[in-house]
Amino acid sequence: MASPATANPPKRTPLYDIHVASGARMVPFAGYEMPVQYPMGILKEHLWTREKAGLFDVAHMGVCFLQGPDHATTAAALERLVPADIAALRPGQQRYTQLLADDGGILDDLMVTHSPEPTSDGNLVLVVNAACKDADYAHMRAHLPGNVRLFVADERALVALQGPAAVAVLERLVPGIGALGFMTGAYATLAGQTVFLTRSGYTGEDGFEIALPAAHAVRIWQTLLADPQVQPIGLGARDSLRLEAGLCLYGHDIDRSTSPIEAGLHWSIQKRRREMGGFPGADRIQRELRDGPARRRVGIRPEGRAPAREGTEILSMAGERIGAVTSGGFGPTVNAPVAMGYVASAHAAPGTKVQLVVRGKPLPAQIVSLPFVPHRYVRKSA
Amino acid sequence: MERFSKDHEWVRVAGDVATVGITKHATEQLGDVVFVEVPEVGRKVTAGEACAVVESVKAASDVYAPVTGEVIEANAAIAASPGAVNEDPEGNGWFFKLRLVNPSELASLMDRAAYDQFVKDNA
Repeated sequence: MASPATANPPKRTPLYDIHVASGARMVPFAGYEMPVQYPMGILKEHLWTREKAGLFDVAHMGVCFLQGPDHATTAAALERLVPADIAALRPGQQRYTQLLADDGGILDDLMVTHSPEPTSDGNLVLVVNAACKDADYAHMRAHLPGNVRLFVADERALVALQGPAAVAVLERLVPGIGALGFMTGAYATLAGQTVFLTRSGYTGEDGFEIALPAAHAVRIWQTLLADPQVQPIGLGARDSLRLEAGLCLYGHDIDRSTSPIEAGLHWSIQKRRREMGGFPGADRIQRELRDGPARRRVGIRPEGRAPAREGTEILSMAGERIGAVTSGGFGPTVNAPVAMGYVASAHAAPGTKVQLVVRGKPLPAQIVSLPFVPHRYVRKSA
Repeated sequence: MERFSKDHEWVRVAGDVATVGITKHATEQLGDVVFVEVPEVGRKVTAGEACAVVESVKAASDVYAPVTGEVIEANAAIAASPGAVNEDPEGNGWFFKLRLVNPSELASLMDRAAYDQFVKDNA
């Protein structure tokens, strides 16, 4: 028998060389070598993003599109796999949803945008997680009708520009882009190239995700960085930013065992779909909506200064095990430890006092509502 | 005299008192320190025993006693202001002081030159 094959070498985004040249510390993530931090460090990168504009290489994520003869057909195809109302999306409108398994567990979470272009009205642009993308593509392909195809946007690289200064930075390069509202997408010309951008992100701040031609990624990255309001931000700060924003990380806060209702994502399942079902796991989702789920995702604030990290056991004040931390660390903006986890529903109300077992000792903490830092999305009326 | 452990602690000895902290290299690897836990005064520790904690945004690390002794002082300033560890790791960012029980343990620790080489070799 042949000796075990060495694991595939980690993949690199088009921006790898420029990260290394900038002094980034590279780490393996979802099969890619990604910058976890630059010389500025995680703490300062996090604070910079909430004050000015942070630029993130997220080209490891799965940008793809579903193409059908018209929006109604493509939307119906995706609705067989996700619980959100995709049919109702206006051209350019973006929505957050999940790919569900038959038992209502989450396979991945994703963003879906109805193409803003009339000539490609039957297209839905999807962004899925890097760690799940191959499985997601296979899953979708296995369930699409004959007239809807999935195309992976291999020639695109995704970057994110996030923070209160993001819109001003982008306005200087794409005049008029400020008119785009939260959760909408548009095609635009940036540094002479056609890009697809959405006003959304993973930090709780205003900002944009930009799908640009991979062949021009370095030049566009440098163009954005030329603005003094912009700094490159690594995955370390990306994680602390999304945690403070109360946003789920697949594989941690949501996974194959969690339903969107347990995860507190019922808001992403619109009324028509809640009532009609027609998506995998609808029975469980409808039952949990009616009876309440057995456990809920909550925010947790340790009372002291010690962070409580993923896996930390959560006990009731009586000492009974009621759950576990799924994401935890230090929040630079709140300047305190923050965490998310699941607890038995009886203990999920904000204000409930709990204990966190850190280094073998129970430390006092409290259930709090999310997010830890208010979202600053810029919504515009349709 | 000054010695270094393979876990990136430094020890500075005057008489039978050893001051212990983490090295500049350790803080560069760790990043911004956000939480520190120092041992209680009076605690007896053995060489190699985990007795303090230092945490960055992303990760928690144990700090080990490089030598055997009794904790006679712990640095409350860094517990209150963890960033002080990054500012001056080998000076004001000290963690705790031990009354040495067995000074011969120092011989098995590295001097500055050996530590610097150790860091290079393991880069």
